[in-house]
Amino acid sequence: MTIGLGHYLVVAACLFTLGIFGIFLNRKNVIVILLSIELMLLAVNINLVAFSHFNGDLVGQIFALFVLTVAAAESAIGLAIMVVYFRNRGSIAVEDINMMKG
Amino acid sequence: MASALFFYLFSVLAVASGASVILTKNPVHAVLFLILAFFNAAGLFVLLNAEFLAMLLVIVYVGAVSVLFLFVVMMLDVDFAELKAGFIKNAKIGALIGGLVLVELLALVGYKGLAVSPVMSPSSPVPAADSGITNTRALGEILYTKYVYYFEGAGLILLVAMIGAIVLTLKHRKGVKRQSISAQVARGPATGLEVVKVPSGGSVIPPPAKHPEAAE
Repeated sequence: MTIGLGHYLVVAACLFTLGIFGIFLNRKNVIVILLSIELMLLAVNINLVAFSHFNGDLVGQIFALFVLTVAAAESAIGLAIMVVYFRNRGSIAVEDINMMKG
Repeated sequence: MASALFFYLFSVLAVASGASVILTKNPVHAVLFLILAFFNAAGLFVLLNAEFLAMLLVIVYVGAVSVLFLFVVMMLDVDFAELKAGFIKNAKIGALIGGLVLVELLALVGYKGLAVSPVMSPSSPVPAADSGITNTRALGEILYTKYVYYFEGAGLILLVAMIGAIVLTLKHRKGVKRQSISAQVARGPATGLEVVKVPSGGSVIPPPAKHPEAAE
């Protein structure tokens, strides 16, 4: 019973799908949407590291490192925007965010 | 055999905690389940001989990002039950699209024609297990030479994120006594000293001190 590349890809696909499902499921809650994005980025990282291991190439791990960096920056900025929004409006419901008529 | 057992342990726990993140009612629990998912993903990385990334996941994600999420979730006073309305209505279309994506991804993984063949000459090969070079050292040797500009770019992104977060959340409150360094440095004999002529037998009541804050 050896664990191959396909096993890791299936785990990552499940996590990615859970991230997508979470965005649809909690369409009103910005916090859970941010958490779902983190889940999707984690799934991408699992894919990258699995390919790096089974191809014997370290570049995949380097790229996963940069994905981690960008994810950390994104969540910091996202949470800051959410805190400012909550301070101004007193709510974090997504449908209240319509000032720009987007 | 043991590694297969650990793989199934970590992956089942990671997927289960990922499902709990999106299904649980309390966002604090959701963040805690996300931490569990990150721990299990770190275990998967260790199984893939990516020890440095596994430790990075634990230190940076569990130690910094998830704690930041916890701080924010606990700081905001939001009625989360109200945000759960429409859960079932959204669940249908979400399940439809999520299921489609899952089926597509699994079909792609199971498709034999896509079988990944190992690269014959990888640009940065993983060092052999008996060479004595650790994963951290091997990563550092190419990160600081071949990919140093990307590394600098990542640092720049983090700097911009830090400045952006500070600028966004900084709030100047009125009525707080704050140190004004420029006013302190500019203070000289002309502004700091006052000669008062007291009439003999009388008294002088000093005027109230002027603060720059009061003028705002």
